[in-house]
Amino acid sequence: MSFSQLILYEEEFHKINDVLTKLYSETNAKVIFLVDRNGQLIANTGETENLDTTSLASLTAGNIAATGSMAKLLGEKEFTIIFHEGYRDNIYISIVGRRVIMVVIFDERSSLGLVRLRAKKSGDDLTKIFDDLLNKVDSKTEEGVSPFAEITDDDIDKLFSE
Amino acid sequence: MSFINYPAREINCKIVYYGPGLCGKTTNLQFIYKKTNPDAKGKMISLATETERTLFFDFLPLSLGEIRGFKTRFHLYTVPGQVFYDASRKLILKGVDGIIFVADSQIERMEANVESIENLKINLIEQGYSLDSIPYVIQYNKRDLPNAAPIEEMRKLLNPNGVPEFESVASEGPGVFETLKSVAKLVLVELKKGGGG
Ligand SMILES: Nc1nc2c(ncn2[C@@H]2O[C@H](COP(=O)(O)OP(=O)(O)O)[C@@H](O)[C@H]2O)c(=O)[nH]1
Ligand SMILES: [Mg+2]
Repeated sequence: MSFSQLILYEEEFHKINDVLTKLYSETNAKVIFLVDRNGQLIANTGETENLDTTSLASLTAGNIAATGSMAKLLGEKEFTIIFHEGYRDNIYISIVGRRVIMVVIFDERSSLGLVRLRAKKSGDDLTKIFDDLLNKVDSKTEEGVSPFAEITDDDIDKLFSE
Repeated sequence: MSFINYPAREINCKIVYYGPGLCGKTTNLQFIYKKTNPDAKGKMISLATETERTLFFDFLPLSLGEIRGFKTRFHLYTVPGQVFYDASRKLILKGVDGIIFVADSQIERMEANVESIENLKINLIEQGYSLDSIPYVIQYNKRDLPNAAPIEEMRKLLNPNGVPEFESVASEGPGVFETLKSVAKLVLVELKKGGGG
């Protein structure tokens, strides 16, 4: 169902990173990252060293959620693209496969037209990867294997016994 | 909905502080922020009005340590308490793994507490959750105030099912970490069962 847990495995992680890296070089972007709709950072690439990606991820999800509600008030299903124009940097946000948010940060070395064009293609590639991932997670969940079934109450207690 | 990231070896969970306006949700986060090692926390973000009332949410990412080689990261959110910000509250509840209901112990705020819990129940059901199935604890805050209602009375009104409950003075600290740990533990136990929200 819609609340199935998000689990990211190595295999898909590499595929996702390949898509992001390609988009990064095609667009001359500064930073690209992927966020779950709940605000969890999934992957990022580019000049992220001095960037608070955790905060950005949370705020991006909040932004998309708020925009989604605005859409509903207007009778729209959703706004699939949000663009913020700054003096130096710009942020291009798009919803991928209804579930994941892709954020491209770019400056004058790139352009909105280029980002929009390339991001669309990457979005399609990512949609496929996430569809596969969700199927994988569902089938594993059906087998009844929780990835954390092995942790014990003791493990949990230890975490809280500083 | 927790997020398990194998490549990064991380478990990410979302915890929401819920409760009526001015009950002390933001204060809980501020205290946690103040008392946590710099390497265990990210920036605290507050989307607030000029008068410091929470407008959309407060956000604080926190690391609690490792379980079997996985870093446990908790994302703490507060909701705006004012009645008219219901849309924001619904958005923040999306994908929640655990809830702390912060009650204001002042007698004159009892009705607001009850209203807020009812509102929480409705908003959860809208998303296919229920208070009985999600990790959930209650905090009786502002125990330091002279007009605080007796605990038994609050329990009868707000905690008929006997979920874990804690007395606190969020502005000073007592009870703040106990409450957080309790819900975090419930979330991890849920994860172990494979529920994951
Ligand atoms: N006396 C007392 N005041 C508190 C306590 N916790 C919070 N406050 C105060 O209550 C007011 C509202 O707190 P805030 O955290 O902004 O409430 P929120 O609307 O739930 O986020 C602030 O002035 C706090 O300092 C407490 O335990 N005791
Ligand atoms: Mg607040």
